[in-house]
Amino acid sequence: MKYLNADQVTKRMDGRIAKNNILKMLFLLATIFGLIVLAILIYRVVVDSIGWIDWNFLTGRQSTDAERAGIMGALLGTLWMMLVVAPVTLILGIGTAIYLELYAKKGRLQAIIQTNISNLAGVPSIVYGILGLTIFVRAMEMGNIILAGGLTLSLLILPIVIVAAQEAIRAVPGFLSEASYGMGATKWQTIKNVILPAALPGMLTGAILALSRAIGETAPLTVIGIPALIIPFPEGIFDKFTALPMQIYYWTIDSSLVAEYANLAAGTIIVLLVLLFVLNSAAIFIRNKFQQRF
Amino acid sequence: MSLLTVKENMVMVNNGNIDIASSIANNNVVFDTKELNLWYGETHALKDINLKIKENEVTAIIGPSGCGKSTYLKTLNRMVELVPTVRTTGEISYKGQSILDKSFKVENLRTRVGMVFQKPNPFPKSIYDNIAYGPRIHGIRNKKILDEIVEKSLRGAYIWDEVKDRLKENAYGLSGGQQQRLCIARTLAIEPDVILMDEPTSALDPKSTLKIEDLVQELKKDYSIIIVTHNMQQAARISDRTAFFLDGEVVEFDVTDTIFTKPNDSRTEDYISGRFG
Repeated sequence: MKYLNADQVTKRMDGRIAKNNILKMLFLLATIFGLIVLAILIYRVVVDSIGWIDWNFLTGRQSTDAERAGIMGALLGTLWMMLVVAPVTLILGIGTAIYLELYAKKGRLQAIIQTNISNLAGVPSIVYGILGLTIFVRAMEMGNIILAGGLTLSLLILPIVIVAAQEAIRAVPGFLSEASYGMGATKWQTIKNVILPAALPGMLTGAILALSRAIGETAPLTVIGIPALIIPFPEGIFDKFTALPMQIYYWTIDSSLVAEYANLAAGTIIVLLVLLFVLNSAAIFIRNKFQQRF
Repeated sequence: MSLLTVKENMVMVNNGNIDIASSIANNNVVFDTKELNLWYGETHALKDINLKIKENEVTAIIGPSGCGKSTYLKTLNRMVELVPTVRTTGEISYKGQSILDKSFKVENLRTRVGMVFQKPNPFPKSIYDNIAYGPRIHGIRNKKILDEIVEKSLRGAYIWDEVKDRLKENAYGLSGGQQQRLCIARTLAIEPDVILMDEPTSALDPKSTLKIEDLVQELKKDYSIIIVTHNMQQAARISDRTAFFLDGEVVEFDVTDTIFTKPNDSRTEDYISGRFG
C-alpha cells in the first residue's frame, strides 16, 4: 500500500467502529424519546377514562350531569363537519394542484402562488378561525353552523392538501405522460387517463392525513363561537353543533368545578384517537392497495 | 430501384389508405426540413438543419451523445415542446403541411406521427388497455372494433402469440423486450403514417434487439420509420438512408451504404470507424 499505512488503519479501526455504535445508540434514544412521551400520554388518558366509556357515554346527549353526559352530539358534529371538509378540500385542492403542476406556465406568477401556498400551510390555525368568523359566520351571515365550521377547517387544511397533491402529481414518471402525448392525447385526456390514476393514491393519502388534522383542530372552532352546551343532535350542515375537540376543551377547563369532567374529557380523547387511528389506517390501506407499480 | 417503387406502391394500394397521387406529387418526401434551428434556453441545439426524409424507408440518425439527434426526432412530432424553454425557427413540412406553425394542432400531428421511446414505457394497465389507449382517446368505444385493433396491432408488432392468452394482465409483467414490442404495437394502434423511434433498443438485450430490428424491416413496408440509434451496426443493418449529426448540424445525409463505405466527410468516417463518439 502506497498511501494507506496498514498499521495505522488497523489502529484506528476500533475507534471508528465504536463511534458508529455510539451514534447508533443516540439515534435509537431519539426515537425512544418520542415513543415514551406517546406511551405516557396514552397511559394517563386510558387510566382516567377507565369506567367512563360506556354505552350511555357514546350515545348520550350532552349534559351538565357528569353521570348522564354523552358525546354523541359532538361525534355527529365532527362527522357532519368532515362531510363538508372532505369534498371541499378534495375538489379545490386537487383542482389547484392540477392547475399549478400541469397547466400554469412556469414563471414568476406561478412561483409567487407556490410560495404563498407553502406559507399558508404554516399560518397558525387560530388565524384561520378569525378568517372563518369574518367571512362565513359574519359576512355571509351563516352563524356558527356546521357549514361555517367545515369551510373554516377546509381553508385551514387546503394548503396541505394542495402541496400533497402536487407532490403526488410530480411523482408520476414523465415517461407515462410522454407516451400519452405521443399518441395525440390532449392534456386533459392525459391527466384523466394517466396522471390522475397514478397520482390518486398519493393525493388521497395526503388528503386523509390533512383531514385527520382538521378533526383534532380546536382553536378555529373556539374563535367562530361554538357553544359549550347543545342538547339536540345536529341533523344537517345548517344546524348548530359542537365537535369532539370542543367537548374535550370545555370539559377540561370546567374540571376545576366538577372533577368528573376530567374523566369525560379523557374518554372523549380516546374516542377521538380511535377516529384518527381509523382514518390513518385508511390512508395506509389506500396507499398500499392502489399504488401502481412501474 | 424503380421496380421497388412499383412494388411499394402496390402495397399502398393494398392498404388502401394512402393517397398515391399526393405522395408522388410530393416526390415521396414525408418530412421536409428547411433551415431548422432550435434553442433550449440559450443553448443552440440544432443548427440550420436541412433534410428530406422519404416515405416507406427506414431513415437512421446517428451521432455522438448530445449531437441533437433525439432533439431533431422529437421536433418531428413536436414532443420537444414539452420542454418549456424551447424555441425554434425554420420550417418542417409534413406531406406539404407546415407543422411548426402554432395553428397546426399537435394532437393531429402526433396521431399521424407515432413515437416509440428509448425506455419501454407501457402504462400500468392491462396489455389490452395499453393497445386500446390510442383508439379510445380518438373516440373509438365499440368493443368489437377495439378487439380487432388490439389483435391487429399486436400481430403487427409480432407479439400476439406471446400475449394473446394474457391480454387482461398488467403490461409490467412482460419482459423488457416484450414491453418495447408492446409499445410499438400501441403506436401501430393509432394507425400512423410515420413511426419515430428514439434509441428503441438501447435498454434491451441483444436477442430482444434483434427482434425489434426484424420488426422494423417488416414495418417499413407500411410505415415511414425514422430511428435514432447509438449503435452504428444497427443503423447499417436496418436503414435505407442515414443522417450523421454532430454538434447540432447534419454533417452528412446519404444512402446508408454510401455513409458506411465511402462517406464524403472525414468526420463521418472518423465517427463510423470509431475514432470518436
